[in-house]
Amino acid sequence: MCGAKAGGPELAGVDVANETIIQGSVTRDGEPVNGYVRLLDASGEFTAEVPTSATGQFRFFAAPGTWTLRALVPGATVDRAVVAQQGQFTEVAITV
Amino acid sequence: MSRSDVLVSADWVQDHLDDPKVVVVEVDEDTSAYDKNHIRNAVRIDWKKDLQDPVRRDFVDQAGFEALLSAKGIANDDTVVLYGGNNNWFASYAFWYFKLYGHGDVKLLDGGRKKWELDSRELVDGAKVPDRAATQYKAQAQDTSIRAFRDDVVAAIGNKNLVDVRSPDEFSGRLLAPAHLPQEQSQRPGHVPTAKNIPWSKNANDDGTFKSDDELRALYEAENVDLGKDTIAYCRIGERSALTWFVLHQLLGQTNVKNYDGSWTEYGSLVGVPIELGSN
Repeated sequence: MCGAKAGGPELAGVDVANETIIQGSVTRDGEPVNGYVRLLDASGEFTAEVPTSATGQFRFFAAPGTWTLRALVPGATVDRAVVAQQGQFTEVAITV
Repeated sequence: MSRSDVLVSADWVQDHLDDPKVVVVEVDEDTSAYDKNHIRNAVRIDWKKDLQDPVRRDFVDQAGFEALLSAKGIANDDTVVLYGGNNNWFASYAFWYFKLYGHGDVKLLDGGRKKWELDSRELVDGAKVPDRAATQYKAQAQDTSIRAFRDDVVAAIGNKNLVDVRSPDEFSGRLLAPAHLPQEQSQRPGHVPTAKNIPWSKNANDDGTFKSDDELRALYEAENVDLGKDTIAYCRIGERSALTWFVLHQLLGQTNVKNYDGSWTEYGSLVGVPIELGSN
């Protein structure tokens, strides 16, 4: 496994203008962490969950508004609040 | 039917990995997850290639299911333990599908792949595939008492419990798909009128394990679901609602619960049927 890559996955082939993208990476001491990231809506309700990639990255296709990202990895749970906008991708680097 | 008949812990699975009459089966939304790694001695069922008719939008027929299980080395009297990613979405779908074709002993691994990973339990390299001898599996005719079709859903509006298990944003029409998937879709957003939005995730803890029977019963009572009435659960393509079906039918023992596998991708594309927008 190679080291952590900054930012979210490559955007090639993604319709960025019409999507509301939240993406990023989960790292511990600069190394990617294998685990899960869940997306919670403004009321705290589960919306989606993805496993992190081998390089610790994740991506969601959301809607404009306020969201919470919750990283679930062995031994830790970390929440991060984000505001997403259509046509932009919101990058979130989560350290655990 | 009790919880222990249909749901087993990671410890239980660990203790039965070498039991020849227990077949552990991985079913994932990401059908390549098994190729990375999997629980030792687990076989894979691919929900797209193995469980769907290659031409029509429907399941493989009875003979197709028999051929699939025979080839996988699963016998009629084997205990099948299903697990997968996404909090067991597709493992629940496969559970329902195995019941549809009458398999006797099927169980879910509580928490699925995520719980197993968060426990840091052993996963073997994807290339390590168990060698199971082929069987002569015999399936039963589909038990349609657990499967709803589009006309059942239209007829249920205002009469039966309709439980929409998608996220609140999909229910209200803000999103057309779960947020880990691109949103461009052809069908209309919204939900079936009179459906209650009880997201599948309310059934589960963060680690993917199911909540207790008491917590689950309280959840549906608090949402004013009359458990004495017939219920149809749906989502977008029928996998998350299979999880809710599992909760209502298998854990809580409700007798008349159907999963609508056509779900929103079918209903939201029908001409002329009623649709509602907005939250409950």
